[in-house]
Amino acid sequence: MIEVIDVSFAYDGAPFRVLTGVDLTIGEGELALVVGRTGSGKSTLLGVFNGLVPHFTGGTLRGDVRIDGTSVLGRPPRELADLVGYVPQDPLDGFVTDTVEEELAYGMEQLGLSPSTMRRRVEETLDLLGLADLRDRALRTLSGGQQQRVAIGSVLTMHPRVLVLDEPTSALDPTAAEDVLATVARLVDDLALTVVVAEHRMERVIPFADQLVVVEDGTVRSGPPAELLRDSPVAPPIVDLGRLAGWDPLPLSVREARKRVRTEPFVLTEPEPRPVPRGPVELIARGIDVGYGPVVAVDAVDLEVRTGEICVLMGRNGSGKSSLLWAMQGTGRRDAGTVAIGPDGTDPSDVPAGEARMLVGLVPQTAGDLLYLEDVAEECAAADEQAGAPSGTCRELLDRLAPGIDGIRHPRDLSEGQRLALVLAIVLTARPRVLALDEPTRGLDYPAKAELSRVLRELAEDGHAVLLSTHDVEFVAQVADTVVVLADGEVVSAGAVRDVLAESPAFAPQVAKVLGPQWLTVAQVERTRW
Amino acid sequence: MVVATTSPPQRRQRRARDLHPGAWWIWALGLAATASATTNPVVLSLVIAVTCLVVVSRRGDAPWARAFRFYLWFGAVIVAVRVLYRLVFGGGSVIGDTVLIPLPEIPLPDVVSGIRLLGDVTSTAVLAGLYDGLRLAAVVICVGAANALANPKRLLASVPPALYEVGTALVVTMSVFPQLAESVQRVHRARRLRGEPGTGIGAMRRLVVPVLEDALERSMTLAAGMDARGYGRAGTASVRARAVTGGFLLAGLFGLCVGTYAFLDQTAPRWLSWPVLAGGIGCAVIGFLRAGERVQRTRYRPDRWRGPELMTAACGIVAAVGMRFVDPAAAFPSLTRMPEVSILALAAVLVTAVPAFATPEPRRVIR
Repeated sequence: MIEVIDVSFAYDGAPFRVLTGVDLTIGEGELALVVGRTGSGKSTLLGVFNGLVPHFTGGTLRGDVRIDGTSVLGRPPRELADLVGYVPQDPLDGFVTDTVEEELAYGMEQLGLSPSTMRRRVEETLDLLGLADLRDRALRTLSGGQQQRVAIGSVLTMHPRVLVLDEPTSALDPTAAEDVLATVARLVDDLALTVVVAEHRMERVIPFADQLVVVEDGTVRSGPPAELLRDSPVAPPIVDLGRLAGWDPLPLSVREARKRVRTEPFVLTEPEPRPVPRGPVELIARGIDVGYGPVVAVDAVDLEVRTGEICVLMGRNGSGKSSLLWAMQGTGRRDAGTVAIGPDGTDPSDVPAGEARMLVGLVPQTAGDLLYLEDVAEECAAADEQAGAPSGTCRELLDRLAPGIDGIRHPRDLSEGQRLALVLAIVLTARPRVLALDEPTRGLDYPAKAELSRVLRELAEDGHAVLLSTHDVEFVAQVADTVVVLADGEVVSAGAVRDVLAESPAFAPQVAKVLGPQWLTVAQVERTRW
Repeated sequence: MVVATTSPPQRRQRRARDLHPGAWWIWALGLAATASATTNPVVLSLVIAVTCLVVVSRRGDAPWARAFRFYLWFGAVIVAVRVLYRLVFGGGSVIGDTVLIPLPEIPLPDVVSGIRLLGDVTSTAVLAGLYDGLRLAAVVICVGAANALANPKRLLASVPPALYEVGTALVVTMSVFPQLAESVQRVHRARRLRGEPGTGIGAMRRLVVPVLEDALERSMTLAAGMDARGYGRAGTASVRARAVTGGFLLAGLFGLCVGTYAFLDQTAPRWLSWPVLAGGIGCAVIGFLRAGERVQRTRYRPDRWRGPELMTAACGIVAAVGMRFVDPAAAFPSLTRMPEVSILALAAVLVTAVPAFATPEPRRVIR
């Protein structure tokens, strides 16, 4: 269905190529998963399929791309709309209209289909994606998973032969992500659609994938997932476990791995439980309420975090995690409740912003909002001045978190992980007692996440109390001491990471699903084996 | 055995749907024309009351619908400013005026003779300001009603096909504003996390730079998304056909410019005015139709003109026309007597209240 023949791509004036000599064939009705480190050229490869690269990005593309036998090279995306359906990373930014039904029809209006055809296809698509109840809803009010399904539906109505999805689940909670992926898998099964998915958190997609495409420094390898994963630079925990145990072929789903564990006994001693943090209590929150109009975002939440503890907030999108973090920082809205930080028990909302950030430092979800200067060195200097710290403090912190970032680079040009490190360094320059991070793992690949968990562990050992919110179960398993699960603004479960994660079917990490609730990460298995 | 039953009587329920935005605009403009043709305070108050009635009973719950009260406030401000203006600059009394509050006049130097500051407050001045302000306020409120009742996006979507691209650009621009506000709020909040005071020129720059970068990135994403979904697909028209269409449009524009100039400038030769103007309009219309023909787009569930739409528009037109036949003495009442009320004027305005009951309920969109 898709043939990429010797494709190379470079931006105009750039010294290096983003893609070099790429050859790739994806069969009809297959699901191809594109993986690779951040900045390896995944998104560029996806853009090649529908002409966004080079028509939208600029640059020079060489080679040939054929879809369904015809060359699409040189044709702009709009002429390929009925052939290739492209769903961008953040669906909300790509919506043109206001309501679900209009959004589904938009592409067909552009194609000039007859009104009766449009009406029929809209109804079919609403049913296919389970959106019928939402047809009149405003797009902004939908949850992340619903928005993603509408975005998929809005290209499906054009009846494309190929569907291209750029990180469809990166912003979704585990349940919503499962939902979207199940929808995609059904499209492959029922409609024989060819689907290309790029995804960082590949553990959920791997079981559905027919073909794996590994992008590494602009070159591409592709083949059956089990073979390629043996030496892929990014791999889900279950594959790491398989590599460790020397299983061949590698298990790709939890079910396969469980079968292996049963048939070839895997002798393990139970790992030491993670030490319970015993430091003094650094943050006490009591009865926090946050409401926006009639909506209750946070409802009477109590929370305690100790020095040296990493506490993770989990829960669905919209369950009140961000509101709670902002309310505790003192900048966000808080309708009731008290927060006491440190031995003095100061409430950050009672002191000016400059002092509040020395109590609780918050890295917001869109970390880039904190950056506004032209280069990294200026940002660091400004941070020192704002925090009243000796000059060079911020730069030193940055070098510890992410060594080797050139001072003259523009903050917007940094990779997702580097930008997060810069913002983290700026926040840490004020030496906050409590460090709060809102969804820091978004857009980070496996090595970057491992790096982040190392950094957070070090900060906790330095005497910070760390509080963060995330959807990423595997990351939580790596980093957390305690977990608090929120639903509808209330705490539904709280406790040590092992108890909370293993109890929940949605939040259990893959290793726990295979080996049992005592093991959370592959690293623990490694440690107990030797 | 045969069992026969009669079906239970069913009340025919009108399905909730949004009226064509054009119908609401014609209705509102008709009402505005009615209001501008009179200074009678009773009639004007009735116009405002009818407008409020229709808006309250037939508006949706969209943001633009909720903005109606700002127009009401704006109307109140207009009336107050008008009256105040009359008191400050139009004071002073002549014999025969009813003086409400005697006030001294502030003497001004001869340079500004012709301007009077303060002076006796007379009933004539107050009433003149009130009537005048009420008229302007009623017109503004009518426009506000049209804004509240008609979905601006649907209105732009029903423009002729030749203007489709411009219409889409406007729709996208409108949806950018709420996003911009959201972005400003988010960045402002993030600013405080860096421990900065939110004032001064520096703070403005720190706010504007990330917000603009954000807006630029979003519009690039949106543009890529729209392109990937087929926006701006070239039609099937040949190069020659396009050139001809372009020629018609240019000729039309030329004709309109020259014709209008000649029409206004009495010294220009007469053959340049009407004939050229008419020719220009003709060319422009042909160009528009041809440009529309080559557009391959279709509309999903377009708004159609049905009974309620025609009725609503007719109500507005009837009111505007009816007002023309009202006795001038009743339409522009004297400032010294109680205003007379003509039955015709009241009837004309009351007709426009019909859409409040005779149109289908608006669809409720969950927001």
